[in-house]
Amino acid sequence: MVSKGKSKEVAKVEGKPAGIKGREIMLITGNHAASYAVKASRVQVVSAYPITPQSPVVEKLSEFIEDGEMDARMIRVESEQSAMASLISASTTGVRVFTATSSHGLLFMHEQLAWAAGTRLPIVMCIVTRAIGAPWSVWTDHQDAVSQRDTGWMQIFCEDNQEIYDTVIEAFKIAEDERVYLPVAVCFDGYILSHTIMPVELLSQAEVDKFLPPFKSHLMISKSMDDPIGLNPVTVPDPREGFPAYMELRHRMQQALERSIAVMEEAEGQFGKLSGRNHGGAVRGYRLDDADVAIVGMGSCSSQAKTAIEALRASGIKAGVLTVRLFRPFPKQRVRDALKHVSTVVVFDRDVAYGLEGALCAETKVALYNAPKPPYIHGFIVGLGGRDFTTDHVIQGTKMVVAMAKNKEIHDETTWLGLMEGE
Amino acid sequence: MVNSRDPKSTIAAVQHPTEGEAGNTGTWRTFKPVIDERKCILMKSPKARCHKCWLYCPEAMVTRTRPPKILEYCKGCGICAAECTHKAITMEKE
Repeated sequence: MVSKGKSKEVAKVEGKPAGIKGREIMLITGNHAASYAVKASRVQVVSAYPITPQSPVVEKLSEFIEDGEMDARMIRVESEQSAMASLISASTTGVRVFTATSSHGLLFMHEQLAWAAGTRLPIVMCIVTRAIGAPWSVWTDHQDAVSQRDTGWMQIFCEDNQEIYDTVIEAFKIAEDERVYLPVAVCFDGYILSHTIMPVELLSQAEVDKFLPPFKSHLMISKSMDDPIGLNPVTVPDPREGFPAYMELRHRMQQALERSIAVMEEAEGQFGKLSGRNHGGAVRGYRLDDADVAIVGMGSCSSQAKTAIEALRASGIKAGVLTVRLFRPFPKQRVRDALKHVSTVVVFDRDVAYGLEGALCAETKVALYNAPKPPYIHGFIVGLGGRDFTTDHVIQGTKMVVAMAKNKEIHDETTWLGLMEGE
Repeated sequence: MVNSRDPKSTIAAVQHPTEGEAGNTGTWRTFKPVIDERKCILMKSPKARCHKCWLYCPEAMVTRTRPPKILEYCKGCGICAAECTHKAITMEKE
């Protein structure tokens, strides 16, 4: 454990007053941006198990708690499965909870993730994305987060450290909204963001408190425990005595996911008024308005794609970027609206839905299939296990797809960029 | 307001203590917990806040009262007897 007052000293050294009273600008990593957001959100229980590259998120939180800067309980558990199980119990009683994990830690949580979503608990978790073994890799790709997409959790991907800070605070607002009541994962690339220092403006505590009222659980568990209930009993196939059965509850969960897109945008609007920053809601366009070719990506893929737009336009390809922030629920209508005027779509995936193609590419196709004028779509697998995904890859891939689009070529095999020669 | 105790607005599966499919689950049991009020700390000390039997019961079948009472759906698992710090609960054959 750290000595008392360490965080405060660090804060004094790093912090610079921002333009608005009570705010400060700090030079911090993506991991610490998440920690400061969790502190500002007045989280009451943190339960986590260390795993690279996530560990600094909860290390910082344990410093805050030890120093008395944050009024919360830190539960040191023996595994990620226990971390999520203990947060499920804590959240049931109506307290605000948080955890963070990566890669195999997330996979070890898998079963509990389904229970958290099925019980409709607004748990917020940071997934600091990292490749999945075998073989071992500690570097980034999106395979871990993407592999959990069918558990019922919302997933939001971030592109910079300020977005991480803002999104974590917004995530609690969205998760705890009574139209939603779902767990939310805030995902960001390991190392590329998690260990990279950027200036981040922290809001004042009063501002965050105004945005984020205390959490009220739908389970209404009273402190006196006079009216005990059991949670998640065995349900029979059909409804009984007016109570919904399994299928109705799952239908309500899916409806909540569908509603959550609008709730996210509403929360973002409110947060934007408060902070002066708006990250675009479910999707964000970059030079897309006059584009004919759209490059679609999440996290580090879309931020890298932006660096290629100038060169692509100079070579005669009118390209723009669509960043998918909300991966689950997949914002089909928002994607359709954003891409309605383009003829060609290039998707870069830092993940593979093994046996099919990149997950984001497949879902982008789903969103556009029934569009009045569906564009030509082709995707690439890039940057797995931390392999550099470069501006040259973006340019190379986009030019390939523009050529393929002319003949409407159908490629059932996946195309990988950045492999070793001869592979 | 979403309230999961209300069937119309519930979003999670919630159960209340009630009779099971094949009648009272308590009728299955082989052993029943019996509380010795002379040993129960709640009865010995007015300031005691023990209630461990109530807290640990997986079926919410122990009341949070002085003395604690065992309700009719108890299946006789014996957790309360095992957890009681004062050994005030014994499992007796039905």
